[in-house]
Amino acid sequence: MIDLPLPGGPDARSITTQFPQKGSMILQRTRPPLLETPWDVFDTGVFTPNNQFYVRWHWAGIPTSVDIDTFRLTVHGHVQRTVSLTLKDMLDGFSRVELAAVNQCSGNSRGFFAPRVPGAQWVNGAMGNALWTGVRLKDVLDRAGVKAGAVQVRFSGLDEAVVPDAPRLMKSLDVDHARDGEVMIAYAMNGEQLPLLNGFPLRLVVPGWYSTYWVKMLNDIEILDQPDTNYWMKTAYTIPDTPHASIRPGDTGVKMVPINRMVPRSFLTNVSPGNTVPVGAPTPVRGIAFGGDCGVAKVDISSDAGKSWNPTQLGKDEGKYGFRQWETRITLPSAGRYTLMVRCTNTNGEAQPDTPNWNPAGFMRNVIESVDVIAA
Amino acid sequence: MLRTFIAVGVLLGAALAPFAACAAAPLELKSVTVDLPDSDRTFPPGPGSDAVNNNCLACHSAGMVLNQPALSKAAWSAEVNKMITAYKAPVAPEDVGTIVEYLTSLPSAK
Repeated sequence: MIDLPLPGGPDARSITTQFPQKGSMILQRTRPPLLETPWDVFDTGVFTPNNQFYVRWHWAGIPTSVDIDTFRLTVHGHVQRTVSLTLKDMLDGFSRVELAAVNQCSGNSRGFFAPRVPGAQWVNGAMGNALWTGVRLKDVLDRAGVKAGAVQVRFSGLDEAVVPDAPRLMKSLDVDHARDGEVMIAYAMNGEQLPLLNGFPLRLVVPGWYSTYWVKMLNDIEILDQPDTNYWMKTAYTIPDTPHASIRPGDTGVKMVPINRMVPRSFLTNVSPGNTVPVGAPTPVRGIAFGGDCGVAKVDISSDAGKSWNPTQLGKDEGKYGFRQWETRITLPSAGRYTLMVRCTNTNGEAQPDTPNWNPAGFMRNVIESVDVIAA
Repeated sequence: MLRTFIAVGVLLGAALAPFAACAAAPLELKSVTVDLPDSDRTFPPGPGSDAVNNNCLACHSAGMVLNQPALSKAAWSAEVNKMITAYKAPVAPEDVGTIVEYLTSLPSAK
């Protein structure tokens, strides 16, 4: 068992090794699986191992067997010709591309919302960074020939609802976004085929956007000549159209829009709340950051609860959409309690805010993180 | 739980080592068959627990509900209604009130 730092609880969770192709994970829900990456994994480097990459499914109708010979990806709708692609087509029939990118649940860190909100009670581990290998979505769309007048492209996978007439998961991107040359269909993550629970055999990769769009077990692409109004676009995964998607609890009548681009975040990974730091001695601290929909420009650290800030050194740039490691040394001058804070500014000039956002779905948390330590 | 920063310092170099990508090697996919674990957890016995067990566990295991924070009766009512209207949970109308009462009386509820 593990105790998560969830204000007001319930805070106890099992650590599970019962899921296929997965190592130790925090069990948030057994069926359909919600598995969170244990925090110490993020201190081991910028790429999250496949066997500890977080898992999130909406419906329990998850195929437990995928045959690579019979699997097909179909592209249809407002196109010149319907295309049905085998996995061999995907591996051999298109240019291969690689991209490091963070996949983060819209509701990552939801458990820290105040007041608390219903939903998966994640702490900060509903995110991961992988090197994705696959093909450009644009190239696949061109194979089918998108007709003039196309508006959106809708994606769905092999998973099915378990209740008749329930809305199966479908997500859409604007056609220009889908054809931007960056959105890709991945058949490998970190050099290996995807774990089934992370979307084997194909997963949409939408760099810089929340994971709700990264459709797993992708087998259907439909080009639409009208905006998609299905439940998962129109109602679910919508955010207030306000700065930081933030409103006051109880506010109503706010315009809602589909969640979209990610925002910058940064974390300490080698210091935990309550750790003791030696007084007067330079102490190495480090962590990870990501820019959201662009790269990391800088990561600053404060050891006085945000009154003053100092720059940190950034690690190797593995790609603007991925995690970036940062490190520095801090010296705490006298014994006592200190609040360490870390703040990412992305290459668009957007910095993490110093007050937490709030919305009823618990989406898009990116407040500056703080960790209380004791100098002794 | 305290960590020693000496060990952290030793590890710093290793942690910053670049990821060794092997994606340049030829990729071959293999068919996969897995077993997904199920949960035999049921809701703690109490007034209405039968209705909750009978109506909720078809779509999701109990842990999702039992991990929720303290929620008001209005919030639980909204959740139950969302399950019915958005996700088409076949809940008998006469069970709705019982389910909401049960959820509101969970130890975490307020």
